[in-house]
Amino acid sequence: MIRVGVVGLGKMGLSHHAILGAHPGVSVAGVCDSSSYLLDVLSKYTGVQTYDRFEAMLSEAELDAVVIATPSRSHAAMVHSALCAGLHVFCEKPFTLSPRDARSLAEFARERCLVTQVGYHNRFVGAFAEVKRLLDAGAIGRVTHALGEAYGPVVLKPAGRTWRSRRTEGGGCLYDYAAHVIDLLSWYLGEPQRAGGTVLRPVFSREIDDEVSGTLYFSEGHTAQISVNWSDESQRKMSTRITIWGTTGRIYVDRQECQVYLRDTAALPTGYGCGWNVRYTTALTSPVGFYLRGEEYSAQIDSFVHRIETRQPDGLNGFHSAAVTDNVIAMMLADAKDGHAAPREHASSPGARAGRQRWLRSWRAAKVPGAA
Amino acid sequence: MERLLFGDNQFFGINHMSEEKARAQALRFQALEAVIEALDAAYDEGVRTFMCTTHARIASVCDHVRANPERYPELTFYPGMPYAHKYANAVTESGLLGALRRFLPDEGLLDAAMRSGTSIAKKDIEGVTTLLIDAEMRMFHGLRTPVIFLQNVVVDLLLGLGLTDAFRIFAEHVAASYGAEPGFITMNMPALLDALEELQIPNPIVCSNINKLGFRMSGGIARYERALREREFRAVAMSVFASGAIPAEEAIEWVCTQPNIESIVFGASSRANIRSTRDLVARHWTPASQASSTAPPRNGGSDRPASNRTTHSVAAVSGG
Repeated sequence: MIRVGVVGLGKMGLSHHAILGAHPGVSVAGVCDSSSYLLDVLSKYTGVQTYDRFEAMLSEAELDAVVIATPSRSHAAMVHSALCAGLHVFCEKPFTLSPRDARSLAEFARERCLVTQVGYHNRFVGAFAEVKRLLDAGAIGRVTHALGEAYGPVVLKPAGRTWRSRRTEGGGCLYDYAAHVIDLLSWYLGEPQRAGGTVLRPVFSREIDDEVSGTLYFSEGHTAQISVNWSDESQRKMSTRITIWGTTGRIYVDRQECQVYLRDTAALPTGYGCGWNVRYTTALTSPVGFYLRGEEYSAQIDSFVHRIETRQPDGLNGFHSAAVTDNVIAMMLADAKDGHAAPREHASSPGARAGRQRWLRSWRAAKVPGAA
Repeated sequence: MERLLFGDNQFFGINHMSEEKARAQALRFQALEAVIEALDAAYDEGVRTFMCTTHARIASVCDHVRANPERYPELTFYPGMPYAHKYANAVTESGLLGALRRFLPDEGLLDAAMRSGTSIAKKDIEGVTTLLIDAEMRMFHGLRTPVIFLQNVVVDLLLGLGLTDAFRIFAEHVAASYGAEPGFITMNMPALLDALEELQIPNPIVCSNINKLGFRMSGGIARYERALREREFRAVAMSVFASGAIPAEEAIEWVCTQPNIESIVFGASSRANIRSTRDLVARHWTPASQASSTAPPRNGGSDRPASNRTTHSVAAVSGG
């Protein structure tokens, strides 16, 4: 039985708590939040051990792993504390607000052979995973262009009193919505080299962006356009979709279906023919042991638990891949601010490594902040 | 419960297979008249139970039915609460307690204020839960609601958290205040049955995906089949067509041979589809199909004619 703690009991934290609670290989050994009301209700009705300080949970709950679902700004410090305590870490997305933090934490976890994962759940959606399979098989030939979109009804009026409405806390459409699109594009097409034409615009919010658009440039010459808006009332809930053009075909995918057009010049994957092919989620989705809001949320937790059980530090959505996404977000922020793309710091460059060491040393010495 | 229940997913642009189909449905049912037309068609074809969420648009349907009692003398509502996206979006915007406050009654009900104030102070979920139920039920005032469902997002969240006392509170409140039977929608039927048994909620009404494909039957189709054979509960099948992945006749034929299913929830946009589903169920839901299944003895078993059974409906509400 793996002993897991959950910190941050917002929408995602509660959802993770419920999925972990139903997992046969997991015992939820502690939950931590700043809301004493919520903690008291959970303690009274479920008997779970509660903590109002993250450090107390780390030192007292005898955890094997921790799920971090606090406001994004607190992720880096909490992840660091958890890794120092020798825990496997599942962190909500976005991973950190600084690509340097992200890379350093990824390296630190790797040195310690700990399992890491970030909650980019779309990679566990059957339809999105099918596209990865098709691209790896070369089904649409050389990719030339992609379009990544996400729309949903989150901010529909000038209000908002939670951390999500504050840029410094990791709020905003770029961190919250566009991160999913960027993560999928990086998974499909590799690490973008630069961002251009980025526009981050408020629609109703005072401090943060409600609309994101821009272009990502990849090393082999292909590009991806991003169009994301979380002030779109026409959508019932968040809807993420990717279109990819290649020399021998075109793929359109959302969480429900994968539509693939293959030319007669395409290397046809098994089960696919020339012309239009459609695969629905009903056929692409593997069943899960416990369902809450979507198979992908359970599947990602299953994967995290399985990797801990089988001691596999490397796997889907590890810190290294989330660090790529963090870096793209930083490039887009810099590009939007300066009107041109910021130079990208390569993870493997000597300067980056030295900086990482300095940063880790300073962090190891730093006092860990409390739970959000 | 009637054998067939008319669901409402199609009215809200919910389709688990295709966003395009979902949008086409949302367009089609944009005007209340279109929703009423479909409901009228179902009613006239003999499907007279409407299993619906507590979406704001359903309030308009309720107003229409209240205003035309002579048109719907036998119409029955099975509300399913809450409409989860309303809460989820509110939580994102205002936080958990902020969202709770927003949905609690604000009309100077001293009693409600006392109930919520005391219960929040005591960390007692009973007061808050019953207030939320009352707020959701207001739109059904004066209408027949003999069964009231708790929606799957809430049921499964509480189930995973182990906050199952809420099920008992829900069951007791809908019985005491509305004279209704409690129903539970879930995507985790076998696990929920264990929890309800522990709470000693006898022979509960449980609505879950039941389809030949095993689509969203968490824990696997075999566990569902065993539960249908062996557990004491009143099963309502939803997503029997797996959002269209199974041909209609094949889907109905299969579900009709499963034991212990009392009702099927289905959604349909046109009179032709409503009629064809009704006819398929009439054709396949026969004493013979039931005799071939092994229903638990408490339900009358296979020696009882299907026509006498009060259970079996095909519902097309579904979660996710």
